[in-house]
Amino acid sequence: MAHVESLDAELQAAYEPVIGLEVHVELQTDSKVFCSCPTTFGAEPNTQVCPVCLGLPGALPVLNRRAVELALRAALALHCTIPPECKFDRKNYFYPDLPKGYQISQYDQPLGVNGWLEISVNGEVRRIGIRRVHMEEETAKSVHVAGGTHTLLDFNRAGVPLIEIVSEPDIRTPEEARAYLNELQSIMRYMEVSDCKMEEGSLRCDANISVRPRGTDVLGTLVEIKNMNSWRAVQKGLEYEIIRQTRLLSDGEPVVRETRHWDEGRGITRPARGKEEAHDYRYFPEPDLVPLALDPAWVAEVKATMPELPAERRARFVRDFGLPAYDAEVLCADPAVAGFFEATVALYPQPKQVSNWIMKDVLRLLNDAGLPLAATPLRPEHLAELCRLVDQGTINLTVARQVFEEVFANGRAPAEIVAEKGLAQISDESALLKVAREVVAGNPDAVKNYRSGKEKAMGFLVGQVMRATKGRANPELATALVKKALAEQQGQE
Amino acid sequence: MSGISPRDIRGLGATDIAAALRRRELTSVEVTQAYLEAIGAGNAGLGAYLTVDEQEALAQAREVDARRAKGEELGPYAGVPVAVKDNISTRGLRTTCASRILENYVPPYDATVVARLRQSGLVVLGKTNMDEFAMGSSGENSAFFPARNPWDPSRVPGGSSSGSAVAVAASLAPWALGSDTGGSVRQPASFCGLVGVKPTYGRVSRYGLVAFASSLDQIGTLTHDAAEAAALMGIISGYDPADSTSVPEPAPDYPALLGREIRGLRVGVVREGFGEGVEPGVQEALRRALDVLAGLGAVMGEVSLSMTTYALPAYYVIAPAEASSNLARYDGVRYGLRASNRSVTDMYGRTRQAGFGPEVKRRIMLGTYALSAGYYDAYYKKAQQIRTLIKNEFSSALQSYDVLVTPTAPSVAFRLGEKAADPVQMYYQDYFTIPVNMAGLPAVSVPCGFSGGLPVGMQLIGRWFDEAGLLAIAHAYLETTGWHRFRPEPAVSVAGEAR
Repeated sequence: MAHVESLDAELQAAYEPVIGLEVHVELQTDSKVFCSCPTTFGAEPNTQVCPVCLGLPGALPVLNRRAVELALRAALALHCTIPPECKFDRKNYFYPDLPKGYQISQYDQPLGVNGWLEISVNGEVRRIGIRRVHMEEETAKSVHVAGGTHTLLDFNRAGVPLIEIVSEPDIRTPEEARAYLNELQSIMRYMEVSDCKMEEGSLRCDANISVRPRGTDVLGTLVEIKNMNSWRAVQKGLEYEIIRQTRLLSDGEPVVRETRHWDEGRGITRPARGKEEAHDYRYFPEPDLVPLALDPAWVAEVKATMPELPAERRARFVRDFGLPAYDAEVLCADPAVAGFFEATVALYPQPKQVSNWIMKDVLRLLNDAGLPLAATPLRPEHLAELCRLVDQGTINLTVARQVFEEVFANGRAPAEIVAEKGLAQISDESALLKVAREVVAGNPDAVKNYRSGKEKAMGFLVGQVMRATKGRANPELATALVKKALAEQQGQE
Repeated sequence: MSGISPRDIRGLGATDIAAALRRRELTSVEVTQAYLEAIGAGNAGLGAYLTVDEQEALAQAREVDARRAKGEELGPYAGVPVAVKDNISTRGLRTTCASRILENYVPPYDATVVARLRQSGLVVLGKTNMDEFAMGSSGENSAFFPARNPWDPSRVPGGSSSGSAVAVAASLAPWALGSDTGGSVRQPASFCGLVGVKPTYGRVSRYGLVAFASSLDQIGTLTHDAAEAAALMGIISGYDPADSTSVPEPAPDYPALLGREIRGLRVGVVREGFGEGVEPGVQEALRRALDVLAGLGAVMGEVSLSMTTYALPAYYVIAPAEASSNLARYDGVRYGLRASNRSVTDMYGRTRQAGFGPEVKRRIMLGTYALSAGYYDAYYKKAQQIRTLIKNEFSSALQSYDVLVTPTAPSVAFRLGEKAADPVQMYYQDYFTIPVNMAGLPAVSVPCGFSGGLPVGMQLIGRWFDEAGLLAIAHAYLETTGWHRFRPEPAVSVAGEAR
């Protein structure tokens, strides 16, 4: 079918997409879920392996209690009900990255069920149901060698603990899907369950999507989309699929129930090869593990020691710091950033000012550098000090931004940088007046414009003063002195 | 040097060898050498071993001798050789499961039981023949060659722990480890005139035992008498954190409990054990054995286990289902046979086609079918329900009785090839042993006489974790009857002529 760019308003009004997401999240345990091999990312291939995670004959799994704890935390944070007992099952299929020929997973008795999370899109808050949260093990990583002659396998990843979070089909737009993923990522990071790095594969997302005429309760034919490896891919994949299915329906053609792959290069979804969807996983209870009792006392203890949820923190930021809801949302997306904000406000109690700095400068620099906050030398003390330097008139905002970039890069104290580079604001009237006189004398056209009533010219003249002082002039003083110099010149004429 | 000849050493048995080693009348090297020589002479005819680790065995023996010479504290059985079934992982020593698919597989780790043998100073002689992946009741399903019964080399030794039973019966090892999923220790023990212990599920670690049917598999012992069984069980039993199904309790001191009183014990004779499928000679031997138990003061009664009829079909759903999954790892990717490099699916197909024998393929197909969408409830789920009923029936029978008695197998050893054409006939060999695995109970096969010159076995079934009680009865019974003292004619010449 032809590539389609968008739907007209009529079709959009007539049809409604129904979307459910299946998200896999790697748990950040030190060791694997069924053996004691380390889980360090990026180690030399096949160095973090043992008989268990290699699936050697006779090796047996032993459940990592810490992994269960993190999975529980995730399920509780998603408001799931925790049954008194869950069990593990084998999901049987052949694939070279699957060392045992089956994956240990949970089938009919998952760790958590019937939860929810809330998303906010365009100011509207919606609750998205969580059908289940279950534990399973990661597969090995296939490395396809260029030329396609062979494939290498790295079993370091095999056996890393995973949880799969399955939403109810409550999502209606790609934007909501994106908001759902953002919130999920945020929650997992807050719970210290996972770093949720899509680029490292510690968060992966498949989507189930169908389209139906608006106003019906009946679900349309379900299509599963796989291979969406970035936030953007999820959004684009869903957008594409909505258009494709809506067009089919409006043309009276059937939607085929199938698995489709997102093709990033071509910007389309295409059917997965037949075998991939014809799986009969032959689930049955894993006889090598005993059922897992989830003692209510233990669950309560896990719940009691859980960190604050992002939604709770956002509410607190609005309530305690008087921040706009938007600021709270941006600041709280990443727990490290929210923590940085709170620590800075503790040192410099001007929440909105700190929020502005973080939203405009900190996040921009982090984004440019592609680094998490913790990987930079930036500390709350730095930002607090910088704000105070501005308040005291030692530097102006423009200079402060330059200083901040340097602090961000090398972690030096702002005052030190200001002193060393002589960046302190020039508030010395006589020195600045001298500059103002030179500017007035050297820009007769601007002066003429100003005198003929063009207020804008004043901005230009002040700008020249700032330029001559490399931005160090106190802007208000500079304006006053330019006016003074103009008056002097007129007096002389 | 001792004055005991190699032949005499092998006649001593594990307990007396251990005593002689402790008294320094023998060295482990002498003992090991004696067995290695016997294997060299007799194995070709009997097919007991698949791999003999001569150098390593002697090295281990020398080490034990050296430690003893230094006066180090050693376990009571240090220096005694042992044979290990070839589905139990041995570090650095080929572990084939008698399958082409693992013909050249050398594990990088020891099974927990093997580690325990080594810690106790036992010397591993080699790896014994078996039905491929422990699937079979005659030993004929070995991909390499069948083992032969030392009592009559034209007959099978039983299976699947065929080689372990042959090795012990023919004195090619003082004792051996086997594994029992549906009777694989007890039935060959019965056919070869040995004591075979199938411990309670969870008593012995399965870590390193190549899985056939995980919820049924249990490592057990093959010995001449009950005292040896108690000793070997004492070495291999007990909690292992590496096996989640192992029971977190220390194993009892089995040898110390051998002398337990028999008088007043309530023995339930299972009526089905005298049904029409059981050979008259087996029934006769069993009746005499029951008289002996009564004479020892046991209180005899009768019990019917009606669920037994359903155990076999239910087992042939559950065991193949688990096997179909357990054997999926033999795909040519990481180890073992790889029969093609053309494409992944071609590699899978050809590797498994060439690597697995017919019985293994049959069970993989059975199990795959039973677990398929739409059939799960009718087969696997139903079979699990039957399993619960079997457990309940045993549980109530074992409230009235301390021990239940059946024949171990419905027949004595049959001829090679006799049942090979009819898998269901072969499956009936395990009619009395399978229910025990389904319930996870302990059971012991005890030699109880002969029929037509071939050994007959009596199965004693006990309460969960009461191996000690079973061994005590077996011990009292054997001390009274002496059935364990019989040995086949030197198998070397018999087998040699048979060939």
